[in-house]
Amino acid sequence: MSTSAIVLGLLLAGLASYFIGAWRARDLARKTEEKLHSRPGYFGGYLAVWTVLPALVLSLIWGGAEHFVVRTIVKDNLPESVQALSAAEQTLVLGRINAIARGIPNLSDEDREVIKKSRLGFATADEAQRVMQARGIVMGSAPAPYMISAAYDQVSYQNTSRWASTGLALLLALGGFLYAFSRMAPKLRARNAVESVVLGGLVSASTIAVLTTVGIVFSMLFETIHFFQFVSPADFFFGTVWDPRFSAPGRTGEGQFGLVPLFWGTLYISTVAMFVAVPVGLLAAIYMSEYAGPRVRTLAKPMLEILAGIPTIVYGLFALITFGPFLRDAGAGLGLSISASSVLTAGIVMGVMIIPFVSSLSDDIINAVPQSLRDGSYGLGATQSETIKRVVLPAALPGVVGAILLAVSRAIGETMIVVLAAGIAATLTINPFEPVTTITVKIVSQLTGDLEFNSPQTLVAFALGLTLFTITLGLNIYALYVVRKYREQYE
Amino acid sequence: MAITANPGRPDRTAIIKKGISRRYAAERRFRLFGIAAIGFALAFLLFLFGSIVSNGYTAFVQTSLQLNVNLDKDVIDPTGTQRAQDIRNADYTLLARRALAAQLGVDTSNRPAMREIGGLMSRDVDITIRRLVQADPSLIGTTVPVWVLAHGQVDSLMKGQIDRTLTASQRRISDQQLGWLDKAEAEGFLSKRFNTGLFTYGASSSPETSGIGVAIIGSLFMMMIVVTLSVPLGVAAAVYLEEFAPKNLFTDTIEVNINNLAAVPSIVFGLLGLAIFINMAGLPRSASVVGGLVLTLMTLPTIIIATRAALKAVPPSIREAAYGVGASKIQTITHHVLPLAVPGILTGTIVGLAQALGETAPLLMIGMVAFVVEYPTTPLDPATALPVQIFMWATSAERGFVERTSGAALILVFVLVCMNLLAVILRRRFERRW
Repeated sequence: MSTSAIVLGLLLAGLASYFIGAWRARDLARKTEEKLHSRPGYFGGYLAVWTVLPALVLSLIWGGAEHFVVRTIVKDNLPESVQALSAAEQTLVLGRINAIARGIPNLSDEDREVIKKSRLGFATADEAQRVMQARGIVMGSAPAPYMISAAYDQVSYQNTSRWASTGLALLLALGGFLYAFSRMAPKLRARNAVESVVLGGLVSASTIAVLTTVGIVFSMLFETIHFFQFVSPADFFFGTVWDPRFSAPGRTGEGQFGLVPLFWGTLYISTVAMFVAVPVGLLAAIYMSEYAGPRVRTLAKPMLEILAGIPTIVYGLFALITFGPFLRDAGAGLGLSISASSVLTAGIVMGVMIIPFVSSLSDDIINAVPQSLRDGSYGLGATQSETIKRVVLPAALPGVVGAILLAVSRAIGETMIVVLAAGIAATLTINPFEPVTTITVKIVSQLTGDLEFNSPQTLVAFALGLTLFTITLGLNIYALYVVRKYREQYE
Repeated sequence: MAITANPGRPDRTAIIKKGISRRYAAERRFRLFGIAAIGFALAFLLFLFGSIVSNGYTAFVQTSLQLNVNLDKDVIDPTGTQRAQDIRNADYTLLARRALAAQLGVDTSNRPAMREIGGLMSRDVDITIRRLVQADPSLIGTTVPVWVLAHGQVDSLMKGQIDRTLTASQRRISDQQLGWLDKAEAEGFLSKRFNTGLFTYGASSSPETSGIGVAIIGSLFMMMIVVTLSVPLGVAAAVYLEEFAPKNLFTDTIEVNINNLAAVPSIVFGLLGLAIFINMAGLPRSASVVGGLVLTLMTLPTIIIATRAALKAVPPSIREAAYGVGASKIQTITHHVLPLAVPGILTGTIVGLAQALGETAPLLMIGMVAFVVEYPTTPLDPATALPVQIFMWATSAERGFVERTSGAALILVFVLVCMNLLAVILRRRFERRW
């Protein structure tokens, strides 16, 4: 049985044992005339936990490990000629074996017989291939005999492993059930036991967040280190030319991977975006929290929220088909030559995307400034705008700076707008009417082909990703620190 | 007044009076800046919606031709045996061309004209007719009226996206074809009909037969995975952090982590999915299960943060009352605190799901840009997602795709605005002052 079938079966068994446990507890209480320590449901839960949990943990671990173990065994049993191949070619061979193995369960008994024969040498590999092709197993050129036999082995290992894991899971479930059932007694502290399991579940749920970060860092770190075996870190971080010529996997020393132009493009576009988002967002927030009456606020605030709810691909589309051409035509009218995909196009649209982010964060921060400060200022005869400019804003400044930093990190990591509206040429230009490219654009363009993961052309995406992650992480941590510190000042 | 009475000093009232008008002007200016900022944002919103609607509304209708197709027995089933294979392989394009030629009064032996007639219809016209025959083989030999799709170029012309006044070579529709189209329209067998194909077709190289059907299924699969994983995990994590966690290094790490994860660029999550779920765990590329897992990890922080805020808003008196009657901590939370926090959790969850539904970049990393024609039946099959489909159409050159791109964007924005609106309504409705 597959892992998912086992899991489903276990959950059903758990449901059944819950009711058995609850019934048993009530029964015991009636017979012994003792008071139950916990409500009957907890006894049910106790029984269910013992039935399901050990077996579930085993099947999940087994199911996760199976793929690796089977693959390793199959790989070790490959003929020596294959063992001598490079890692990339081995991956290719294993992929074909996998494709064959996936098809074998769909074969009829007769067809399987042919394959068995071909494996023992009674039928030719061609015959086996014909059979498999008739069954819709795709495999390109004729497979070598060893591939068919390896695939056959792989299927039988998998079957053995499935049987073993099903058996063991059943055994564990039964054992757990019997153990817990034997412990059923009115005095059993079922509630405490069940609650500690629940607490354990809660802890592991919150650990996933940490695991995600660890996963991000390590997965990218490994590939990045791999990349630095092809290209030196100095060339990557300080190179001013981005020209990753696409080469065959395994060959080195081709193409230049200079980060500087991408970094420049990212910064340039983010700066333009900030010039749009910060004044507009901040002024909008000030107006809404200080001036606007409830009517305006109930109308304008949801509108800004809509702006925040639009997916970035739609902003990108808008930049590509409407705003870029619009800027180009407007520029032509003024005698400027603006490229349709330019720093300005991407920057302005990205800025608009970030406005609601800046405004809602600043809104919170401005609202957190105590009214007493404003009242003091009014008492001295200041007008409202003077109060805002001289008292409220300076008091809110650290928090606003934090909000702006968070917005900058957003702009740096934004992908879809720049993919559609910034261009792909990695140029070092200061002309805002020309296209530039960004880190995120290059990550997308390096990884949307059908490439193997052992050439610098694809691995560089991970190095770029790690750079992006590090920059935004630094900004976020600093921004969160600033925002939090500021908030605590008035609490 | 005391101030003016002092002759040695300048007249302060005059200075203040002079200043007041300046200060009031500054006040008005500042106010105006605020209004201008909001106006700018709203104007841009209108500009954006206007652009998408004006580009996209035409995608909801499609030019179709009504053909009276003679399902000629000699063409479909010359042997008369009604073999399924014959029926499958028959030349239905020929039948469609003959039907159109007859309706336009063109001689069927005129081969160049027949080719031009063929150019008026979608390349997949044969599939439409074949399905009809396969569903009911008794139709063979009769003449049936069939609505078929017109070619993408014809569709663009009928919607006015191609300028009729251009020379024939520039508009890619010949003068003769133009004449036929006018005739067909006048006689009523060419018209624009509601475009159901937009919602049901998969990827295609011709715009008239491509739709978001596969993308909708892929997005649904992913949303199912995100809901089933991220909601229980997120709520559980939030309950632990808010109600149980001691203040120590471990929980501090988790807390900082969650806040950071909420601000990590989405494309980085795509790289994570590529490295871990595809390269390490060996899950298939382009599958919605990988997309769902990646989006789950992205949505988790949003749900955790929203749930924590909702839990925090439940007053301590509720908890104390529960403890007072002998409830354990977990009973207090599951029976009292969580039910009271549900509206807040729901609001945060909807916002998180809306974000996940509109996310594109991480899905590009895990290969969901594949050209998928067939409907996926399980989350392990290759699929695509609604925003990715928009991205793919946005980068294809053919004219007919422009309106489809905007049409799909319109659908996506509509769904997302509805979700966000629902979140706002929920928040208003269940807002409770303790």
